[in-house]
Amino acid sequence: MSRLPVVRLARQFSSSATRALATPVGQKPVLNKEFKIYRWNPDEPAKKPTLQSYTIDLNQTGPMVLDALIKIKNEVDPTLTFRRSCREGICGSCAMNIDGQNTLACLCRIDRNAGKDSKIYPLPHMYVVKDLVPDLTQFYKQYKSIKPYLQNPNPPADGKEFLQSPEDRKKLDGMYECILCACCSTSCPSYWWNQDEYLGPATLMQAYRWIADSRDSHTAERKEVLQNEMSLFRCHTIFNCSRTCPKGLNPAQAIQRIKLELAAE
Amino acid sequence: MLSTTRALGLGRRSILSARTTARRTVQTQSLPPSKATEILNQQRLLRPSSPHFTIYQPQLTWIPSIVNRATGGALSALLYGFSLAYLVAPGTFDSVHVVEFVAGLPDAVKYAGKALLAAPFAFHGLNGIRHLLWDMGKFMSIKGVYQTGYTVIAGTAVGTVVLVLL
Repeated sequence: MSRLPVVRLARQFSSSATRALATPVGQKPVLNKEFKIYRWNPDEPAKKPTLQSYTIDLNQTGPMVLDALIKIKNEVDPTLTFRRSCREGICGSCAMNIDGQNTLACLCRIDRNAGKDSKIYPLPHMYVVKDLVPDLTQFYKQYKSIKPYLQNPNPPADGKEFLQSPEDRKKLDGMYECILCACCSTSCPSYWWNQDEYLGPATLMQAYRWIADSRDSHTAERKEVLQNEMSLFRCHTIFNCSRTCPKGLNPAQAIQRIKLELAAE
Repeated sequence: MLSTTRALGLGRRSILSARTTARRTVQTQSLPPSKATEILNQQRLLRPSSPHFTIYQPQLTWIPSIVNRATGGALSALLYGFSLAYLVAPGTFDSVHVVEFVAGLPDAVKYAGKALLAAPFAFHGLNGIRHLLWDMGKFMSIKGVYQTGYTVIAGTAVGTVVLVLL
């Protein structure tokens, strides 16, 4: 069993741009940083969740935390489990708690201070499917419950589209951009303690997105379902939601506007 | 270096599969699709809840919110406690006796006690105004939250000193 052809094959595969040059250029010094990552394996449910430590060279890694996670999964530990898809902050898959704040791993730069470790947890107070993957079933159910679609049984006379003035359209700015990553809801202490009944900032902002839409005719019904102690009024204006939103939106303001409209009824 | 090892792995696997049929190291179990819900529910029972306030970064958003609730609770408990005590034993808890009792305390205890009452009162009062402003739709941005937050903290410090020196 000769190994030679295999080695030759390997050389062909591994020819990177720098290797192809006669003299290596841009050789950066090693900058090791420690990442402590929450681990829990459903195949061994009796084992308590732990923080596992991984050290990687930042100069051989992309700039974002997601790059580090992918590097660890590819090169160090393939069992590390996390969600990711678009790597550009539009899918919302890689939402997690990085250094104490909920954000998207793909939009979060690695703190290049190598002396300080970086801690990565799943979204707070959620059931863990595995490692950094939280169970979002309840979150999606809540979103579904506010009927996030246009409700208007009277289409315009010409049978074409529902028209809207530029001013009315402008009211939806800052709300329609939400990607439902769940960063805000899972940063909210009220949602931590009452997520079985309180809808949470992400869902409530979408509720207001449809209340505020001039084309929707079910505004009264939409408000009616929120007119109780738990669904909306568990919001205590804490602002963790707006503080943490990776898209820079302001769910707290949307919630405050629903409160004002409900109080004025 | 790493790409080398991976390429090696690839190469080896292809050579092996050419010579022998793939030998499995992992045993799989055949299950009908109808089992899916049962397995999912079994897993759901065992899932841990991820950590929350112990790992969340302390911020000027939620920390004052907790303090607001704690001070509110403490001040209410004091008010109701004192009122009930007066109801039960009006002879011991009337103004004359309270003034007499406090007058007899050493200065250090007096100032410490006053600070202990003044700080929660000042914070809760000022933060209450902040909440009323929010309810009116004012300062509803992160900038507004931080400006009013620092104002309340500064106001609490000044208010506590003023109340202690009264």
